[in-house]
Amino acid sequence: MEKRVTFSNLWLAAAFIAPQIILIFVFFYWPTGEAFYWAVTLEPPFGGENEWVGFQNFRNVFEDPKYWGSVQVSLAFAFCATVLSLAIAALLALFVDRRLPGHQLYKFIYFLPYALAAPAVGLAFRFIFSPEAGFVSAINRIFPDLWNPALDGNDAFIMIVLAQAWMMVGYNFIFFLAALQSIPRTVTEAGAMDGAGVLRRMWDIQLPLITPTLFFLIVINITDSFVNSFGIVDITTAGGPARATDLMVYKIYADGFQGKDYSLAAAQSIVLMLLIVALTFIQFRYVERRVHYS
Amino acid sequence: MKRLILAAAAATAMASGAQAAERVKFDFWYGLTGDLGDVIAKQCQLFNESQDKYEAVCTGQGGYDKAEQNTIAAYRAKQQPTIVQIYDAGTVNFMLSGAIYPANQFAADNGLEIDWKGYFPGIANYYATSTGDMWSFPYNSSTAVFYWNKDAWAKIGKSEAPKTWAELGEDLKALKAAGVECGFAVDFDPWMNLEQFSAINDIPVASMDNGYGGLGAELVFNKTAFVDHMKDYKAWLDAGYAKIQTRQTGKPLIPAFADGTCASTTSSIANHGTVKNTQIEGLDWDVAPLPVIDAAKRTNSIVGGASLWIMKGKSKEEYEAAAAFMRYVTAPDTGEKYIAENTGYIPVTTKGFELLKSEGFYNDPSRAGREVAIESLTASDVGPLSRGIRLGNFTSIRAELVSEIEAAFTGQKDVQAAVDAAVERGNQILRRYEQTFKGAALP
Repeated sequence: MEKRVTFSNLWLAAAFIAPQIILIFVFFYWPTGEAFYWAVTLEPPFGGENEWVGFQNFRNVFEDPKYWGSVQVSLAFAFCATVLSLAIAALLALFVDRRLPGHQLYKFIYFLPYALAAPAVGLAFRFIFSPEAGFVSAINRIFPDLWNPALDGNDAFIMIVLAQAWMMVGYNFIFFLAALQSIPRTVTEAGAMDGAGVLRRMWDIQLPLITPTLFFLIVINITDSFVNSFGIVDITTAGGPARATDLMVYKIYADGFQGKDYSLAAAQSIVLMLLIVALTFIQFRYVERRVHYS
Repeated sequence: MKRLILAAAAATAMASGAQAAERVKFDFWYGLTGDLGDVIAKQCQLFNESQDKYEAVCTGQGGYDKAEQNTIAAYRAKQQPTIVQIYDAGTVNFMLSGAIYPANQFAADNGLEIDWKGYFPGIANYYATSTGDMWSFPYNSSTAVFYWNKDAWAKIGKSEAPKTWAELGEDLKALKAAGVECGFAVDFDPWMNLEQFSAINDIPVASMDNGYGGLGAELVFNKTAFVDHMKDYKAWLDAGYAKIQTRQTGKPLIPAFADGTCASTTSSIANHGTVKNTQIEGLDWDVAPLPVIDAAKRTNSIVGGASLWIMKGKSKEEYEAAAAFMRYVTAPDTGEKYIAENTGYIPVTTKGFELLKSEGFYNDPSRAGREVAIESLTASDVGPLSRGIRLGNFTSIRAELVSEIEAAFTGQKDVQAAVDAAVERGNQILRRYEQTFKGAALP
């Protein structure tokens, strides 16, 4: 017979979960509901009479080739930034975990970028990578026109990927390090006694044992690169040049807040939300199968 | 006894509290930032010190677009300010909002004596409704001018700024030959490249008098000389006569001109003071009216900048306080002169301009040339195409044009194809706007 702790008093139970429910309702369901409503109407900026238009806003969004361009850029951005940031963070964590001299200091320094707000990161990258005034301008002096994110879409894309990856490295690093430190020392020591070198132990023992963390971080990083990249894009490229860095979240901002077309922006938010839900679902359904929780 | 003292103390405290609270407070939100924002904040402070009945609580919103966005959000939450500074492109949104207290009615209700005829026609026409009523108070105003480096032009033996775009093209070629690395700094700003260009050459941006005729207007700038103008720019860029200078390349137009990197550029007269304050030692420069296509035919340029709007739904006391503030900032000496002295903005009324002239304002070497802006703004009578632009969601249309011109200048697209695409997408934006405001007529 299974034993369970149950509340006989439902009101008390409701009172306990109420704060959380209210928070979620106020900051998630309510705005989402409002967005759904705006997405099927035409909302004037100052409020007032709005007209029911059914799926017209969604049709406008999907018929727009520039929107699909933005989806493409967003997917590429999420993939590149996530892979880059996870690879660097894993590498750093593996070496800090080896307790080389000064590892405490590195641990502190590597985490710092995550403490910065995205616009601050954007500002720093704009200065560093500015083709005329930044540090990178030295390269341009040797190879003229090699680097110009203001005019070359690929350069601009590389720049925002670097900024996003750089910002997330610290966060990923801390999780990787915690995961590595939870691996029993005996396992790696046994490997060492069998004659496995440092790299072989990392590749065959440590990395497989931290896959649950890796999976968690993939989900977090992809979601973050979809919703949190706004600050970086706004400050560094403003979506340009010629829409090369017009991420979905930035397009929502541009159409909704700058253009004051609230309904078009609401429809795009709904699409973005469904896309993130779908991506997360796919990850849990297919990728998680390959993850072994101990 | 003790109780009595306490009561007395409490009463005094309340009395002095009441005295402090007697000043009626109201909110004023502005969009200007940096040095210019500080000038506005100082003007508020001066107003507050000039009398003891009212207190303006002035808050910078971090940019023109932010000021508009925040006001809309605040209005929806019923927290709107009493006065707000809204830039030219936001005018149509505010006219159709139903959220404002029209300036002319506000002035009449609160005993403000504004000489509506006293504004420069270029300014009054831009902001007026179809019946000629002013729904907002023109505030900081500017227009576009040509900034040129006299030393650079001296190298090619000229002492005057080019009058036409064709002449500028020849000058740029000569400058290149004379070893000037960057003759002309350009960016993608439609206010300069499209709107001012079209107004000065008397060519349309959109049908129905650039949108003043109603919300059904359609963009037409893909069939005008604007396309050739952009082709010229592209040719100059390709030939190395001109350079793109934006925030992203590291140096926008004005810093690139002020430090001598580029020999000329086009920008707002509002930057006149900035160039003076930030220029490298010994830079010999001046401003001139923008070049035109045909030197014999120059129409007036259009006004840029912002106007002050009064929002609906505030108390009678707040409106009284706001009226006192408006009286202060529209007066020639405390308003226009203050702004013109501390920024590059121009006076907005003929009276203000005359006052400055009579005081020898423009004889000061650091301000010499600023009257060029007035000259440009009053170059002709205001016609239907030089009045301004009144198109819904114009910020988005500008953004479409910017990204298409970026594509054209970086060689991804032909100029004509890029401008066609911008017009097509811009028209979709206009139709959506028209549908959103179905049944509303442009005042």
